Amino acid sequence: MTGAPVHHGAPVHLSGVTKTYGSHQALAGIDLEMAPGEFIALLGPSGCGKTTALRALSGLEAIDGGRILIDGKDVADVPTNRRDIGMVFQSYSLFPHMTVLENVEFGLRMRKVEKMERRARATETLEMVGLDHLAGRYAHQLSGGQQQRVALARALVTRPRVLLLDEPLSALDAKVRVSLRDQIRRIQTDLGITTLFVTHDQEEALAVADRVAVMNAGRIEQIGSPEELYTRPSSPFVADFVGLSNKVSAELLGGRVTVLGATAEALGESLADGPVTALVRPEDIRITADGTPATVVASSFLGSLRRTQVRLEDGTVLAVQHGVGDQLETGNTVHVSVTAAAVSVSAR
Amino acid sequence: MTTRSAVRIGAEPGRLPRTLILVIVGLIMAVPIIGMIEFTFRAGLSGGYTLDHWTGLVDEDAARTYRGLFQAIGNSLVLAVVTVAIVVVILLPTMILVHLRFPRLQRLLEFVCIIPITVPAIVLVVGLAPVYSVVVKVFGSAPWTLAFAYGITVLPYAYRAIQANLEAVDMRTLFEAGRTLSASWPRILWHVLLPNLRRGVLAASFISVAVVLGEFTIASFLNRSNLQTALLQVSKSDPWVATIFALLALLFAFILLISIGRLGRERKSSS
Repeated sequence: MTGAPVHHGAPVHLSGVTKTYGSHQALAGIDLEMAPGEFIALLGPSGCGKTTALRALSGLEAIDGGRILIDGKDVADVPTNRRDIGMVFQSYSLFPHMTVLENVEFGLRMRKVEKMERRARATETLEMVGLDHLAGRYAHQLSGGQQQRVALARALVTRPRVLLLDEPLSALDAKVRVSLRDQIRRIQTDLGITTLFVTHDQEEALAVADRVAVMNAGRIEQIGSPEELYTRPSSPFVADFVGLSNKVSAELLGGRVTVLGATAEALGESLADGPVTALVRPEDIRITADGTPATVVASSFLGSLRRTQVRLEDGTVLAVQHGVGDQLETGNTVHVSVTAAAVSVSAR
Repeated sequence: MTTRSAVRIGAEPGRLPRTLILVIVGLIMAVPIIGMIEFTFRAGLSGGYTLDHWTGLVDEDAARTYRGLFQAIGNSLVLAVVTVAIVVVILLPTMILVHLRFPRLQRLLEFVCIIPITVPAIVLVVGLAPVYSVVVKVFGSAPWTLAFAYGITVLPYAYRAIQANLEAVDMRTLFEAGRTLSASWPRILWHVLLPNLRRGVLAASFISVAVVLGEFTIASFLNRSNLQTALLQVSKSDPWVATIFALLALLFAFILLISIGRLGRERKSSS
């Protein structure tokens, strides 16, 4: 944290928003409440409707039903250019015929801000993203990461009350992604702008957002803090999509599930007692002395940890996460058990 | 041998075939032009060469003689300007609108714009004759009114030039970025889209000018005077002057086409 925000974002409320393209329902009644200054990530697989939801909020996509409120005002009939939003696109969207400085100044120019002031504000915003030394360059003279940072500066220079980020990091290489996502989060916290960040990368969403909304088939499946989503997924889809999960045969009885010989609280949909599928995280499975027997299939070194695949007697292959010091030989027999206090379940 | 020929399939021709093709095509094009140039310096049936036909163009007596030709050149230039205006004011905004807001109409627009190239000029004239009886009643019979017909004949060429530019730049994202930055439609058009369509619009304009300057059939059958109809008239009494003007028109068209080529090269080097 870098002290109190110098600017506050607006509250945003999406209520029962629907959108249909022909026979395909892209949004099937989205409800989302964003507090001022909050950073929410919309996470989901391709085609789940996350970009449509963001575009509906921006006004670039008309909605078929529901309401969108920005700062308490219904903006259904307000065109994009009057919504006081900033947006960074997935594809590089800098105006190719303008320099970096002219690009950043553009929003202020459209708002008829006096030349001296807009130059000063644009330069200040470029300093914020660390690119003031490239003010005279054109888009084609910049790297992808630099272009997206300029696009961020351009979106922020008007100090919008809502910032929309449509997969802005997806075209960048891994190192630049991490650096830029941290920069986005830092600037967003400093400015206190309400931010909606669309991504299909769960690591990205969990790393930067205050809350993450997981979308599936045009609906929000679950919204919560990154920890909540990871440790207490409300549905098999969320458990499967957020993080890595092993699907293991289990028995449900009175709200508790017995899996690999251990008992844990059952999370997710209400199911009748009987056989179910448990979704268990690799880090919730331990190699123990007296658990379920399994054969080591393969082992991967991941830097600070090691992930080993083991095969149970029924043929199920599990991923087990453990320290790099525990080296397991392929073909050896080990014993595994579940250590989690709560486990997601779904119908078998 | 088989491997070698397989590698050559689809590869660009070597230096020798390229040079050979260029020389043959160049000769085919150059021989009549050289013949025309040589002809303009001929003294007449008596033989020998003279500069009189060229210097006569700036002579006051000749100016009176060829007043009709100069007037026709003026008509053609006015027609070129009005035709370009039609392309810029009607075709360009339509294409932008279809590209950004009504992409489903893309195929229909392309089909409509390509039609004129498939219809022989003489057939076009037959269709335009009754239309022009109405045009004359509304706008009079001033030469510039022929630009309405030319606006149709240049459609295929202007469409392709602008469409290539529209497809080369991600106009939709630029447009949407402009919208999120508080810009209205007209301001996006002026500040964002047009600067990025400059090459396409210039190419479309140059091609339109070249087509208008070379058009004969429609003007002739609708009894209008333009450069080509006047050249035909002059050639009956003074073939040297007609040839000189034909050469100048060719030179002008060459300059336009070279300019388009340079625009294309600029685009490649800046991308």
